[in-house]
Amino acid sequence: MKSKAWKEKAARLIFTGASSTAILIVLLIFLFLFKEALPFIKDPGISKLFDTSWRPVSFQGESYGIIPLITGSFLVTVLATVIAVPFGVIGAVYISEVSRKYEREFLKPFIELLAGIPSVVIGFFGLIVLAPFIKAVFGLQSGLTALTGALLLALMAIPTIISISEDAINSVPSTFKEASYAVGASRLQTIWKVTVPASISGITAAVMLGMGRVIGETMAVLMVTGNAAIVTLSPFESVRTMTATIAAEMGEVPFGSEHYRALFWVGIVLLIITFGLNMIAQKVFSKYGGRQ
Amino acid sequence: MRNRSSETFIYWLMRGFTYFIVVVIAYIIMDIVWNGIGVIGPDFLFEYPRKSGAEGGIWPAIVGTFYLVAGTIAIALPLGMASAVYLSEYARQGRFTRMVRLAIITLAGVPSIVFGLFGLGLFVLFFKFGASIIAGSLTLACMILPTIIVASEEALHAVPQSLREGSLALGATKWETIYKNVLPYAVPGMLTGSILGIGRAAGETAPILLTVAAFYLPRLPSSIFDQVMALPYHLFVLATQHPNAEAVRPMQYGTALVLLFLVLTVNMVAIMIRSRYRKKTKW
Amino acid sequence: MVDTGKKTDRKDVIVEVKDLNFYYDNVQALFDISMDIPVRQVTALIGPSGCGKSTFLRTLNRMNDIIHGTRVTGTVIVDGEDIYKSNMDVVSLRKKIGMVFQKSNPFPKSIFDNVAYGPRIHGIKDKMKLTEIVERSLKRAAIWEEVKDRLDKNALDLSGGQQQRLCIARALAVDPEILLLDEPASALDPKSTAHIEDLILELKKDFTIIIVTHNMQQAGRISDLTAFFFEGKLIEFGKTKQIFTNPVNKQTEDYITGRFG
Repeated sequence: MKSKAWKEKAARLIFTGASSTAILIVLLIFLFLFKEALPFIKDPGISKLFDTSWRPVSFQGESYGIIPLITGSFLVTVLATVIAVPFGVIGAVYISEVSRKYEREFLKPFIELLAGIPSVVIGFFGLIVLAPFIKAVFGLQSGLTALTGALLLALMAIPTIISISEDAINSVPSTFKEASYAVGASRLQTIWKVTVPASISGITAAVMLGMGRVIGETMAVLMVTGNAAIVTLSPFESVRTMTATIAAEMGEVPFGSEHYRALFWVGIVLLIITFGLNMIAQKVFSKYGGRQ
Repeated sequence: MRNRSSETFIYWLMRGFTYFIVVVIAYIIMDIVWNGIGVIGPDFLFEYPRKSGAEGGIWPAIVGTFYLVAGTIAIALPLGMASAVYLSEYARQGRFTRMVRLAIITLAGVPSIVFGLFGLGLFVLFFKFGASIIAGSLTLACMILPTIIVASEEALHAVPQSLREGSLALGATKWETIYKNVLPYAVPGMLTGSILGIGRAAGETAPILLTVAAFYLPRLPSSIFDQVMALPYHLFVLATQHPNAEAVRPMQYGTALVLLFLVLTVNMVAIMIRSRYRKKTKW
Repeated sequence: MVDTGKKTDRKDVIVEVKDLNFYYDNVQALFDISMDIPVRQVTALIGPSGCGKSTFLRTLNRMNDIIHGTRVTGTVIVDGEDIYKSNMDVVSLRKKIGMVFQKSNPFPKSIFDNVAYGPRIHGIKDKMKLTEIVERSLKRAAIWEEVKDRLDKNALDLSGGQQQRLCIARALAVDPEILLLDEPASALDPKSTAHIEDLILELKKDFTIIIVTHNMQQAGRISDLTAFFFEGKLIEFGKTKQIFTNPVNKQTEDYITGRFG
């Protein structure tokens, strides 16, 4: 009996310990990002982060303004969301409400498959196939533009949006729909006036999580957006996102340099934005009684 | 009220949107397969690269990816499954449980490049592992931990409560009940669910960029503290950093195909086993 | 309240409940329950859905412990031991008190492994001994003849009635003194139900049986004592014959004659 009680305690301790590693990792992420970034505040000073340009390597004096990087990420994210939302939501509605059973059994896993394609492969496809296509269609000098990146990112956000929206749409009680049919509404009216509004919180959360994925995505944008750190709102210009900046430059900076610390600040900004989006999505999700 | 034909038109429009995505996915996969299949062969798969990857094969990158994934599984799987057991079997409503759940949600949303920065700061520099298999595997393990926890918890919840009650009523302790009457039925589901996370680890580039991947290293690692080449990074290097990117295009497509094949096979197996497992299990 | 149970001889009482209150979070589900349950008799707990009879049953082997946020006050004494005392060994309590659930819950293992589950947990490893226990338990649960040739088959392949008798056999295999049956026949067809009832009458020779049932006729057929629960209170407890023919309480009478519930 003694040994049983001992085993119980040990098991509980082990499982509790294991689950606390998730908390530990989150704390360590914040800790180590700040640890590497903080010395920047003293030298050269936090105000350097608000310079108007990002020119980390320069003979006239480096500048580490992260605004152009944020606007770059912002532009690409907004474009990608605008493209992904109609496809994602219409796709989800089609799969859960319109498609036939055999269609659904093929569509769902196929779109899940898209989520599995590594981003570097998508980026590679974008570089070799999509960029020349964009260049030709719009008559640009280079196909490496914000739009090219946004198209790839939209493609990567679509499976997230579809699968979470589809869950939300599916969980609308059939009594709602029956009530709508009972007053003589057609199937289409029921879909857009009853089912979609009833699952709007789940769909919103899906879009936000999709956006989180888009902002955080690195390789595809690194490969196709051209990486010019300029403030622009034109989809046909080359832009540079926060993620791509870290990926492209971190390999070449001396550890502990100003540039190195500035890149960690970019990481912190990125982390805070995605964390915020995630929290809002969770709030929306739980408030309106999505999947618990 | 709308008439039938306009409704039918709108259905066709929705179908068009949906199948457009399918066509795009299919096009990407076919493009890679079509252009990559030509270089695939024993030489390409099992030879070392020569002339910065312009010639030879990708064997060290395949082996490197394999080591990284194996290391990631060894770290993340036990940890993730144990966390799920806690959440499903032991956790009570309370601050600690809330914090664990919040941490999992947060981890799931952290961008992969931020994991890379974190791995660089903690494993590479602070623990002084250097850019190495161990640093890369630890970083990837942190990244896929939430996927494994969520999938495993789902599998544990699928085991009916009546099995736990039946066992406890016979005088089994909580751990005996979990070990003998819950885990045996949950483990297959836990594993298949986790495979999806593992597929993601195999294909990720950003986290290993800063923690492990070697630009060009035509030999195999001798310990877990060595750098390795990895398929996703190799593709990135060939496509964007190679001085003569046009000329090595076939090598790029070949690498992309091998990577795609690897990841999609793993995912497909997971999706198939999962759907079969879901259908088969009746209590 | 007529408390016929109190009239039984002290040493014949095996479960003694005093001032038992039970709460789910802040909702009180049982109010001041006191009753003495005699040894080797069948005691039936009846009452409408949600009256607390199942909750009461589960306080006797502390199965409510596994539900988060529950709370108990008062005492439950089993075999002279207060089972809610702080150093109570819940494992040995549950070994002493077997339980069979409303929905049969055979484990997805072989028939043999189902019955051997309890003995193995309690440390019996010897194959011969296990075989003997399994055979004896299955015979006692009147299912041996039906399954003796396929002990290695999955228990989920048995019919509903067989599954429930297997669960009884599984409970018997750990040598309990008391059996708690939570509507064991509610999901079964009439023939299987009759089978289970015969079995209960057979088992009461060796065990104390406490059974929750929805079915008034069933309570009348098999029980020696009947307790009527309503809205978390014990309304009336006494000899079954007396309760059914001459209930003291108006609510009991209404329920028994089918005027509500």
